[in-house]
Amino acid sequence: MSSTREQPLRREQPPWLFAAALATTLPHVLQQPWWLSLFGGVLFAMAAWLWYEDRRLPGRWLMLLLAVAGILSILAEFRSLLGREAGVATLVLFMAMKLLEMRSHRDAMVVILLGYFLLLTHYFHSQDIPTGLWLLFAMWIVTAAQIRLHAATLSPRENLQQAASLAIQAVPFMLVLYLLFPRISGPLWGLPEDAFTGQSGLSDSMAPGSIANLVQRGDIAFRVRFDEAAPARQQLYWRGPVLESFDGQTWRPSARRGGREKIVESGPRIAYETTLEPHGQRWLLALDAPVALPAGSSTDGRLTVSATRPVESRQRHRLFAAPAYLFNDDEAAASIDENLRLPSGSNPQTRSLALDWQRQAKQPLDIVARALTHFREEAFHYTLQPPLLGRDSMDDFLFRTRRGFCEHYAAAFVVLMRNAGIPARVVTGYQGGELNPRDGYLVVRQSDAHAWAEVWIAGRGWLRVDPTAAVAPERIERGIVDALPQGEPLPAFLQVRGDWLRDLRYRWEALNNAWNQHVLGYDGQRQRDFLARFGFDADWRTLAIALSLACALVLLAVCIWALRQHSRPAPALRLWHRAQRRIGVHCAPGETPLAFVTRLRATDPALADRFEPVVRHFLLARYAPQNKTSLAALAAAVNRLPRRRIA
Amino acid sequence: MPALQALQQRLFGWRDDGLAPVRLDRRRIFILPSRSGLLFALTLVVMLLAAINYNLALGHALVFLLAGLGLVGMVHSFRNLYGLRIAPGHCRPVFAGDTAEFTLLIENDRPASRHGLVFQAEPGRSTTTAVGAREQIRVGIPVSAPQRGWLPLPRVVLSTRYPLGLFTAWSYLQPGMRCLVYPAPLFEPLPAGVPNADGSGSAGGQEDFAGFRQRQASDSLRHVAWKASARDDASRPLLVKQFAGGSDSRLELAWSATDPALDDETRLSIMTGWVLAATAEQQSFSLRLPDRLIADSSGSAHGERCLEALALFRP
Repeated sequence: MSSTREQPLRREQPPWLFAAALATTLPHVLQQPWWLSLFGGVLFAMAAWLWYEDRRLPGRWLMLLLAVAGILSILAEFRSLLGREAGVATLVLFMAMKLLEMRSHRDAMVVILLGYFLLLTHYFHSQDIPTGLWLLFAMWIVTAAQIRLHAATLSPRENLQQAASLAIQAVPFMLVLYLLFPRISGPLWGLPEDAFTGQSGLSDSMAPGSIANLVQRGDIAFRVRFDEAAPARQQLYWRGPVLESFDGQTWRPSARRGGREKIVESGPRIAYETTLEPHGQRWLLALDAPVALPAGSSTDGRLTVSATRPVESRQRHRLFAAPAYLFNDDEAAASIDENLRLPSGSNPQTRSLALDWQRQAKQPLDIVARALTHFREEAFHYTLQPPLLGRDSMDDFLFRTRRGFCEHYAAAFVVLMRNAGIPARVVTGYQGGELNPRDGYLVVRQSDAHAWAEVWIAGRGWLRVDPTAAVAPERIERGIVDALPQGEPLPAFLQVRGDWLRDLRYRWEALNNAWNQHVLGYDGQRQRDFLARFGFDADWRTLAIALSLACALVLLAVCIWALRQHSRPAPALRLWHRAQRRIGVHCAPGETPLAFVTRLRATDPALADRFEPVVRHFLLARYAPQNKTSLAALAAAVNRLPRRRIA
Repeated sequence: MPALQALQQRLFGWRDDGLAPVRLDRRRIFILPSRSGLLFALTLVVMLLAAINYNLALGHALVFLLAGLGLVGMVHSFRNLYGLRIAPGHCRPVFAGDTAEFTLLIENDRPASRHGLVFQAEPGRSTTTAVGAREQIRVGIPVSAPQRGWLPLPRVVLSTRYPLGLFTAWSYLQPGMRCLVYPAPLFEPLPAGVPNADGSGSAGGQEDFAGFRQRQASDSLRHVAWKASARDDASRPLLVKQFAGGSDSRLELAWSATDPALDDETRLSIMTGWVLAATAEQQSFSLRLPDRLIADSSGSAHGERCLEALALFRP
C-alpha cells in the first residue's frame, strides 16, 4: 500500500496543483515585497513551462541554490523568518519552489497542505466577506487538486463537482465546530511586533495635518447601536484622547496623572453599544460624558475611557452617556496650571490679540464668544488642503493663511484661550456618524475624525467648544461631505450622492456589520450566551459533550446519506441471484445465463426446464429495460422455482 | 504461523471466500488514516493554534471546514469500497517464472462510479482501476509464479485512498482461486529416432505428402491447404495437408528418455519443451511419466493435458 505514495505524478496532474498554488498565493502578491512576487512568478512560469515541454525538473543543486537565495532575501527584507509577514513570505517561497520539485504523490501532498495553510494566512490582512468568498473558491480548487491526485479517471468537470460536493458536506461540521468548539481568546504566545500592522485610527498626538490625513480614509472606526433613538447629530461627540501639552507644533497628552472626576448628571442617560474596530491604542471612543463604565475599563481624569490593553481585535462595549453634565467644576490647580501653559515667546501676534480680547471682556465666556465670532466673521476657510505653516504656526494660521481643518481651528482656539487666561485643551475623537437605515447602526468612519476644544470656567467646569462649528457649521450638522467645498480629496465613495448608490452602500455595510457582529464576533462570551439560551453552562465539559454529540450526529447523517441507496443491486440482478440461491446451483463467473442453463440441463433436465423461463425473462429485464413487464415476469418465474437446500 | 493466522481469523474474520461472489460490507472494510491524513491533522492543529493566537474568526472557520472535509473524506473512502461485489474469475495457466494473472470480476451496482481502487496481491505489484456506475469490469491481478504446480491466489488487498488520500480504506479478499503453473520449458531436441515433421528443417518431411484431411479447430491456419480447399465447394470444411512422417513413427515423450543425471525439475522442464515443440509441429505424441501414461494424440487440448500432468507430477 505504501507504494502509492511514491508513485510518480501522471501528466495531467500537475496543472491542477499549479491552479491550487496560484489560487492560494495570488492574493498575497499585493501584500508581499515586489521582488518575492516576481521570484515566485518566475519559478511558477518555469514549472509550468517544464511541464508543458515535458522536461525534467531541475536538479537538487539548483533547487538548493534557489532556496538559499530566497531565504537570504527574506532575511534581508524582514530580518527574520518567523514574524507574521516573514512567515507568510517563507511559505509563499516554499510553495513556488515545491512546484519545481513536484515528482511524486508525496510532493504533491505537500503542495496541497501548504496551500491549505496559505489560505489561513490571508486572514491576517482581512476577514471581510469578499475575502471569505475568495477563500472558499481557493479551497475548492485545492480540494479538487487533492482529489485529482487520487483519481485519475475523473473528468475535470466531475472532479470539480466532487470537490464541491465534499466541501458542502463538510459545512455542517464547520457550523457545529464553530458554535461549540471551546473558544480560547488569544494570544497563546507573544505576538511578533508586526502582528497588527495596517490598523488606522487616531494617534495620541496631533500636529497640523494629522487629522486631515486620517479623514481621507474611508475605513469604519466603530459602529454604534443605541438602545433608543439616536441623539441629534450635534450631540455626537465621540471622545478620544485629550491633548494638553503643546510644544508650538504638536499637541500631546499630558504626562501628569489625571485626578478624580466629578460628574453631576442632569437628565436621562443614553445607553448604547459600540463595536470598535482594532486601532492598536487603549482608548475606547465614548459619547460625552461617559458614566457607568464597562468592566475592564477606566478613565484618566479627563473622561477618556481606556481599556487595560490595546484594542487589537474588534471589541464590543456597552456604554452609557450623560448628555447633560457638569464636569469637574472644582478642577485641581495642577490641571488648571497645565492647561494655561504655552511655549514662551511663541506666536506673539496671537498673544496680543488674545490679550486685547481679555481686556475688553467682562467675563471668560465673553472671550470664548468673541473668539468664535472671530472665526465666523473673518475670512476663514475650512479645507482639507491647508497651506504649510511656519515656526509661529498659530500666527501664520490666524493672520496669514486662514485656511485649515478642524485641528487648526481647535489648536488656534486653545492657544487663544490660554493666552487670554482661560484653561483650555484639545480633545480628539470623532464627530457625527452615518445612520444606516438598513440595520439601524450608526457607522462612524475615520473620515468623521475630529478635534475640538474644552475650556474650563469656574463654576461651570469643562465646557465643550467646537470652533469648527463656527467656521463650517455644516460639518457638525450634516457631516464632512457637505462641509467641504467640491474637489477636496475625500474617499470616492463618500462623495457619492446618488440615492440608489447610497442605498447599495447601506445594504453592503449592513451586511458587513451583520457578518462582523454574528460571524467574526462570535467569541467566548457569545458562545456562553448561545449555550445559556439552551440552558447550559458553558464549561469545557458541557462543550466537549455537546461538541462530540453534535459531531457524531452530523457524521451519522453523512454516513446514512453516503451509504444509502446502494446496499442492493439492480432489481433484475437481485432476482437472478435469488433464483440461483433457490435452486442451490450457481452460475459460474464468466458463464452466460444461457450457458448456465445448458450446464444445468446436462445434470438435471427437469430443473433446467423450470429454470429456462427465468433465464429468458432475466435477459429481457436486464438488457431490454424499456420493457417494464419483463421484471414482473421474472419475479413470477423466480417464485415458481422449486426450493432446494443449499449445498 | 498457524497460531497467528487463527488469531487474525478470529479478530478480523479473514477467511477463504471460496468461489461465491462477495459483497463488501461493514465487517469487511477497514479504515485508518494514511500518512498524508496524519500530516493533514498536524497541519490543522498548527492552523488552529495560529487562528487562536491571532484571533482569526475566519481562521477558525477554515480549520473547522477542513476538519469537516477530512471526516467527510473518511466516509467517502469507506463508501468507495462499500457494497462492491467481487467474484472470482479465472486464471490462464502460465509457465513457472512468468506472472500469473488472476481475474476478478468487480461489479458496481451503484449509480455512481468508484475510483482509485488498488488491488494488490504481493508487495510492489498493484493494479489501479476504476469502475463506472452500474458497471462490471474484470481486473487482472498479477502474481509471480516461481514454481510449477498449483499457485493459490494469495490474500488480495483491495485498498483505496479516494477521494482525498487522508484515509486508507481496505478489505482483504481471499477467493479460493488457483492457477496452474507449468514447468518452465527447456527446449532441447525431440527424443532421438523421431522423424522431423513439416517445416522443421533437415529431413525431407515435406516430400512425404500423404493426402488431405479435414481441418480441426486445433490446426493452425498455416497448415491449411488453401488451393485444395478452394477447389471444392465453399460449404465444405477446409483441408489440411497430412505428411507421412507423423503417421509412420510413434512419438513417445518419456520421463525415462531424459538424462537421469539431471534433477527432477530440469527433466520436467525438458519434457515440457518437448510437449510444446511437438504441439507446435502438429505431431501426435504420447507422454509417459513414471506414474502415468497419456495416450497418443495431438492438438492443443492434448498438449494442455500433458502440460498439466507435468505441472502436477510428483517424482
